[in-house]
Amino acid sequence: MLNDSILTLITFVPTAGAVVVALLPRKGRVIPAFTLLVTLVTFVLSLHLPAHFDYARHGFQFEVNLPWIAHPAIRYHLGIDGLSLWLVLLTTFLGPVGVLVSWRAIETRTKEFYFFFLLQQTAMIGVFISLDLFLYYGFWELSLVPMAILIAMFGRERGPRAALKFFVYTFLPSAFLLVAILWLYAKTGTFEFVQLQSLIASGGFAPEALWWASLGFLVAFAVKVPVFPLHGWLANVIEEAPIAMAMVVAGKLGLYSIFRFNLGLFPEQARAIAPLMIALAVIGLLYGALVALAQTDMRRLVAFAILSNLSFCTLGIFCFAVGGLNGAVYQTINEGLTGSALLVMISFLYERYGSFDMTRYGGVAAKLPMLATLWVVTTLALVGLPLFNGFVGEFLVLSGSFPVHPSWVAAATTGVILSVAYMLWMAQRIFYGQPSPLVANRVPFDLGAREHLTLWPMVLLMAAMGVASPYWIKGIESGVMQFPAITRSAGVTGDRQSAAEAVRTPAPSQTADAVAGGAR
Amino acid sequence: MTDLHLWLIPLVPFAGFLVNGLLCRRAPKSVVTAVAMIGSLIPLLQVSAIVTKFGSLTLPYTESVGTWIRAGAFHADFAFQLDQLTLVMLCVVTGVGFLIHVYSIGYMGEEEGYWRFFAYMNLFLFFMLTLVLAANFLLMFVGWEGVGLASYLLIGFYFTRDSAANAGKKAFIVNRIGDFGFLLAMFLLVEHFGTLNFDKVFSQIATHPAWQGGFLTAIALFLVLGATGKSAQIPLYIWLPDAMEGPTPVSALIHAATMVTAGVYMIARTHVIFDRSALSLMVVAVIGTATAFFAATIGMAQTDIKRVLAYSTVSQLGYMFLGCGVAAYSAGIFHLVTHAFFKALLFLAAGSVIHALAGEQDMRVMGGLRKKIPVTFWVMTAAVFAISGFPPLAGFVSKDEILYQAFVSPNPAGKVLWAIGLLTAGLTAFYMFRLWYMTFFGESRAAAAVGDHGAAVHARHDTKLVLEADPEPAHSAHGSHGGHGVHESPKVMLVPMAILAVLCVIGGAMGWPEGLGGTNWFAHFLAPAVTSVHLPYEQATVALATGAAHVTTNQSPAGNKQLELLLACISTLVALSGWYIAHLMYYAKPEMPERFTTRMRGLYALVANKYWVDEIYGALVVAPVLFIARWVLGALIDRGVIDGGTLAAGYSAQGFGALVARIQSGNIRSYAGWLALFAALLLVAAYFGWTAQFGLR
Repeated sequence: MLNDSILTLITFVPTAGAVVVALLPRKGRVIPAFTLLVTLVTFVLSLHLPAHFDYARHGFQFEVNLPWIAHPAIRYHLGIDGLSLWLVLLTTFLGPVGVLVSWRAIETRTKEFYFFFLLQQTAMIGVFISLDLFLYYGFWELSLVPMAILIAMFGRERGPRAALKFFVYTFLPSAFLLVAILWLYAKTGTFEFVQLQSLIASGGFAPEALWWASLGFLVAFAVKVPVFPLHGWLANVIEEAPIAMAMVVAGKLGLYSIFRFNLGLFPEQARAIAPLMIALAVIGLLYGALVALAQTDMRRLVAFAILSNLSFCTLGIFCFAVGGLNGAVYQTINEGLTGSALLVMISFLYERYGSFDMTRYGGVAAKLPMLATLWVVTTLALVGLPLFNGFVGEFLVLSGSFPVHPSWVAAATTGVILSVAYMLWMAQRIFYGQPSPLVANRVPFDLGAREHLTLWPMVLLMAAMGVASPYWIKGIESGVMQFPAITRSAGVTGDRQSAAEAVRTPAPSQTADAVAGGAR
Repeated sequence: MTDLHLWLIPLVPFAGFLVNGLLCRRAPKSVVTAVAMIGSLIPLLQVSAIVTKFGSLTLPYTESVGTWIRAGAFHADFAFQLDQLTLVMLCVVTGVGFLIHVYSIGYMGEEEGYWRFFAYMNLFLFFMLTLVLAANFLLMFVGWEGVGLASYLLIGFYFTRDSAANAGKKAFIVNRIGDFGFLLAMFLLVEHFGTLNFDKVFSQIATHPAWQGGFLTAIALFLVLGATGKSAQIPLYIWLPDAMEGPTPVSALIHAATMVTAGVYMIARTHVIFDRSALSLMVVAVIGTATAFFAATIGMAQTDIKRVLAYSTVSQLGYMFLGCGVAAYSAGIFHLVTHAFFKALLFLAAGSVIHALAGEQDMRVMGGLRKKIPVTFWVMTAAVFAISGFPPLAGFVSKDEILYQAFVSPNPAGKVLWAIGLLTAGLTAFYMFRLWYMTFFGESRAAAAVGDHGAAVHARHDTKLVLEADPEPAHSAHGSHGGHGVHESPKVMLVPMAILAVLCVIGGAMGWPEGLGGTNWFAHFLAPAVTSVHLPYEQATVALATGAAHVTTNQSPAGNKQLELLLACISTLVALSGWYIAHLMYYAKPEMPERFTTRMRGLYALVANKYWVDEIYGALVVAPVLFIARWVLGALIDRGVIDGGTLAAGYSAQGFGALVARIQSGNIRSYAGWLALFAALLLVAAYFGWTAQFGLR
């Protein structure tokens, strides 16, 4: 039955592809073409998931649960729920995009590049679907290695330095994660996520020890997101890494893991640390936006824009309200799409003009109207214009967390002003005005077939996710609702709301709904 | 229940946008024109059809075509609604919108980006119609932000020109500041009502008469912030004058007749909230009056014909705010309607003048055009008399209604607001007749432009030359007309202007006041949608602690009719004196302005430089933000602390080789251990610090 094997297939088709890539001759475009095929097959296979996902059911689906090693008890346990569903799809969707954007950008040592590229795919998918903590940790570490190697080998001049930075930043905190996982195993004798969840919830642990464990998880994830002020690696990596890696390096893995493990395993601790995380999120949001305003290198600007946008997700996660949590996941997907689209277009610009320095650009719109159009559309999606995906995510996050932390959220909302400022400024400096010498001296050629093929699916998705959000949110919400932290917290926000209502009025039905929704 | 298919009204222009925007870049102009006309005509026909059967509808009529966002207990639909207020706005938007589309065929006929222009115009209609048809705040916000987008695209239509690109960006950012307010208002609404549907929110308020002020004031004030952005009121009006960088039909449609009135519409739409908050009504009234006066003074000293009209628009929007602020929402909306007629016409006529002069916008080099472009002159005359407030033209009726309502309002400051509004009416007449005389009367100054204002004029001509020499003259709007002979515009431009001129003349009949023997049909028609259920100011006097305890209701019998007549006479006299002074200064004694400006140099400089508000904002807001971004956060913290501090050791390593060597030697392990320990300590310390501050544990 495909339902039982689908997750294994999606995870390991890229690995198998990597093996074949290692054997293929280095001739012409054989290797990229084959890699494209592999990623497309993976993507098509992954479409099986939403098609057969049971939105009414809670808990994990498409599960595989086989014993792998007896001592220590490690199991090959895969499964997805509404939380991971669309993140898996995002990863498989960005696979072909990554190949297409590397098509011309990576001309030498293609075998090495695509080999590690495919391994990276496997690792990222594995992170989202592993339900055994040891297995999960394996994929987590695996997701760091090809990334670091690719940055070092295929980055710009300072690639090795960025790789080193990335390595130090992400590997070392992972050690805490490993220690915490091993400690949990030592206490319980299991790596199983679901078992651990109920064991911790039943209260057999000393609270202080749990604190340390949850911090071990949180630090590793917060660095990977990254959460301000742990973002030191981000700008360098986005600036130096090959575009296909810069697209996927930040955001979804760390955010998913915070959600799954910090909220799933350590709800008490997550709630307790929420004020700090919310403060960091809002600071990071404004900080990223302001620093982006001061950049002249497109990729650095995008890096800080990404930091700013990811902070929305952190904010949404730690507000513990249904809307905010839905929005956080939605925003994670949005950032994956819009951030990637921007980086892809920057790469296309670079292929034409050989520079990432905005001050050398100007007047590109007259030469490349199609690219300008798609750039503006992506800009609008990123700044959260309604009818694009970004608005749905931002609105859910902000309106969801507003009752909990009004002043922090009000501060975060000023981000909508800053984001427009830096994004429009960037668009203006690149595309408007008279053509700069750099632009005027090249023969213009607008987007080609490969480039259209790369960008249009992303742009159409941005629009579709902006208009028909329930299609995605129903899945996300089915995952969000089963988290212990939320079930409790929905009551808390509900309490606050109904308390406020009680002063003025008998509670309207909406409040009752919220409580009922939370208690489900 | 009949099905009106309201959703089709915005969707048709959207389809026009897609077709023109995506497919018609290389299509012949006739195809582009056809698509754009269909995109703007069909909504007009739909609205006409609705007008014919409006009487048989149960109002408000709503329809929903699907869910947009659903999360937890919250959901928002693509829901549209129709009531009297919506219908009025629909008529204005589709009617004026269609006329300006037709006009643009002539005006933009020679332009490079013809397809792009019409695509954006249809896009604007889509968003504007969504804004007025929306049945919930969230969908209204779609239109709200969307019209800002269309405005951005159209202001920056000549994007190769830096000033246009800057103006577009400025408009978008300033509008976003307002949108920030709108967003916060929505968050508060979601928190307190759990929904953003108009009917649910308003009915909950209606069933709780005890809710006064408090969170409703907060919501209302955030909505006002949004409205000041979109409707160019103090403190966010600064984007509108710059928006004149866009093609003139855009100024007419977006920056005069429709988009900028969205704030007024929004306040009227949400009046139930404002009615519960005397403070926020007061804020609206004061902002409106102050803006009306302030912008009018700037308008007196501008020399660019479009900028005069831009400041005039800001000023007239202030009147509408004043109307809403004294809870006379129908008066505010009525002025919105008549303003759409005369200000759209003023812009179109100005466009016709500019067209005739091959792109010239400086009034100092105009003059004597009365005989050369007679049709333009006559329609402009109708509009000038209308906006200046001469009976029986449309502007007189609506402006007087607002002033009268302010006068009789129980608002403790009502008389002051009325007086300032009256003074502003005089200023309005002055600057409009100044424009009229400078453009159409006297000798043509086009040839002898080297006189007193030589420097400025030269500068302008120089830039024009540069622009025309450009290899891609997309922006030298009328350079292609080439001929220097002044010529009247083609019929396709004149007919829409003539229609608007007729509306300027007779439009006032809709709301002819009872005090002057009319029925004020407009106010009665609109009453079901905008009448205050709970009279404001009942506690206004308490809240504002002024003790002015006259609670006059707005509709009171005979005695007020005489008052209304008296006030009408006063404001007519004021308008006449404004005209007279303009006549003296710019027709009878043309040397007077010179004498005046030299004698009162300081005052003149203050006004001519727009009170240096742009410069002040630049110094107080923009520069500090950029300084902090670049130096404090970007250089000091990010480069210095976060980059430099954390990984100083890492930087010294020369790539992976060195790293591997270090791992083997064990150095990096100890370094890593210290780093990790330090990070953990920091986090714990920070945690306890924060939780203590939040008082949560």
